[in-house]
Amino acid sequence: MTQDAFATALLDATTPHPASLLNPFGGPAAKRFDVYRNNVAVSLTEALETGFPVLVKLLGSEFFRAMAGVFLRAHPPEDPRLMFYGRRLPGFLADFAPVKHLPYLPDIAKLELGLRQSYHAADTTPLDLTGLDPAAVLDLRPRMAPASLVVRSSYPIFDIWWANTKGQGQKVGHSAQTVLITRPGYDPAPHLLPIGGFDFARTLKGRVTLSEAMATTLAREPGADVASLLTLFVQTSALTLTPEPTT
Amino acid sequence: MLDANPRPTLPNAAGIGYKARHFAELTADPGPVGWLEIHAENYMGDGGRPIAQLKALADRFPVSVHGVGLSIGGEGALDRYHLLRLRKLCDWLQPASFSEHLAWSTHDTGYLNDLLPLPYTEATLTRVARHIDEVQDALGRRMLLENPSSYLAFAESDRSEPEFLAEIARRTGCGLLLDVNNVFISATNLGFEPRAYIDAFPLDAVGEIHLGGHDEDEDDQGRPLLIDSHGRAVVDPVWALYEYTIGKSGPRPTLIEWDNDVPDFPTLRAEAARAAAILEGVPA
Repeated sequence: MTQDAFATALLDATTPHPASLLNPFGGPAAKRFDVYRNNVAVSLTEALETGFPVLVKLLGSEFFRAMAGVFLRAHPPEDPRLMFYGRRLPGFLADFAPVKHLPYLPDIAKLELGLRQSYHAADTTPLDLTGLDPAAVLDLRPRMAPASLVVRSSYPIFDIWWANTKGQGQKVGHSAQTVLITRPGYDPAPHLLPIGGFDFARTLKGRVTLSEAMATTLAREPGADVASLLTLFVQTSALTLTPEPTT
Repeated sequence: MLDANPRPTLPNAAGIGYKARHFAELTADPGPVGWLEIHAENYMGDGGRPIAQLKALADRFPVSVHGVGLSIGGEGALDRYHLLRLRKLCDWLQPASFSEHLAWSTHDTGYLNDLLPLPYTEATLTRVARHIDEVQDALGRRMLLENPSSYLAFAESDRSEPEFLAEIARRTGCGLLLDVNNVFISATNLGFEPRAYIDAFPLDAVGEIHLGGHDEDEDDQGRPLLIDSHGRAVVDPVWALYEYTIGKSGPRPTLIEWDNDVPDFPTLRAEAARAAAILEGVPA
């Protein structure tokens, strides 16, 4: 028996198990092989349920599990870190015909992936402006903390996420929304970004001064309130002065 | 073959598989819990709460790192990136023990997240021994290899599991992790006598014992088929087999594994207390 044959039969229930696998008492070994089939499918489905609780709510448990069964066979985990399993789910959902009428699902999946990524990201000290001279603040070159990330969508993903986690029954708008995920302490939280927020975050990746970041943001989004954006990013612990590790 | 390991080892006491939900109660009053085991793969992020909690726990308890994803029995090469992740974890944590499974879990298609079985042949022995040499070289430490739970047999197997494991330990210098629940499961599922398995097992090489719960099902012909679920209390026949085992081996670090349908901390502590009471009754 090769592991190739074993793995093929494991993921495809229409393939019989390899003939050299035996019931030690004689007779069929099908139910015995099914223990492995079941372990793989159930454990990976549970990993996806743990990682995408809002998708479970939006799709319903039964539909989510059926969808997970298709996904895990097409895209088993790339490595044993199950906490990162599902990175291909947004792309899968975008092409999955049964959910074509729910075009916001891939972005909700990205948001949930982002929250998990943030949860496990490296620790840094958040930028703290207390006691700093305003002119000195503008010369600082902070970066987005490793636990901070932005998810941009054409759909009201923040409203959808909120309505399915915190604010049951809350109204969901129709506008496009961009979400900033940050992690003050150990618990990641999403924040709705106002106009210019996406550009502000992107500009800060270039290690520019805060004054340059605000100017660039204004040039791209003249309607942006850059002072409020800076306040939001600082208050949510999105920024850090901790240098990037050299390794 | 590695030299004797100078690091501290696990105490001959009861330990539990650590679950984040027990952090507060465990640190407030561990009771009989003398050490902790973690699954390596859950601590391979860059930071955040899991790493912070593990650092705090490692200051108070000896920690055993138990890998579930290295695929030591895999036909392909070991995943070098995963081995590097394990080394990074062991380097900063300096655990009292590192263990993995006699199983495979990774294939060309990806990681299958189950401990899949191996035929016991010379070819498997050569491959597994080579992989264990690689792991011990990469981590700079001796590892323990755990016996699996079996649901079926292989036509090509030409030796018993205790013989296979004894030879692996002899060739590589690795120690063994004896999962007594797995012995009971395999004995029921494959139809052998569990005490005969223990009698044939190289107990001198055992550095740790696992105890856990299993589910009961039936095979195609209505025979009992036990499933290694780690989702309930240890059953009495497994406790009896454990007493038989350490009566022969002497006391060994003993872990209560409860990974699914995780109970409240007092329930887990009571299981650890039962193991500790048995351990204390055994002459060293």
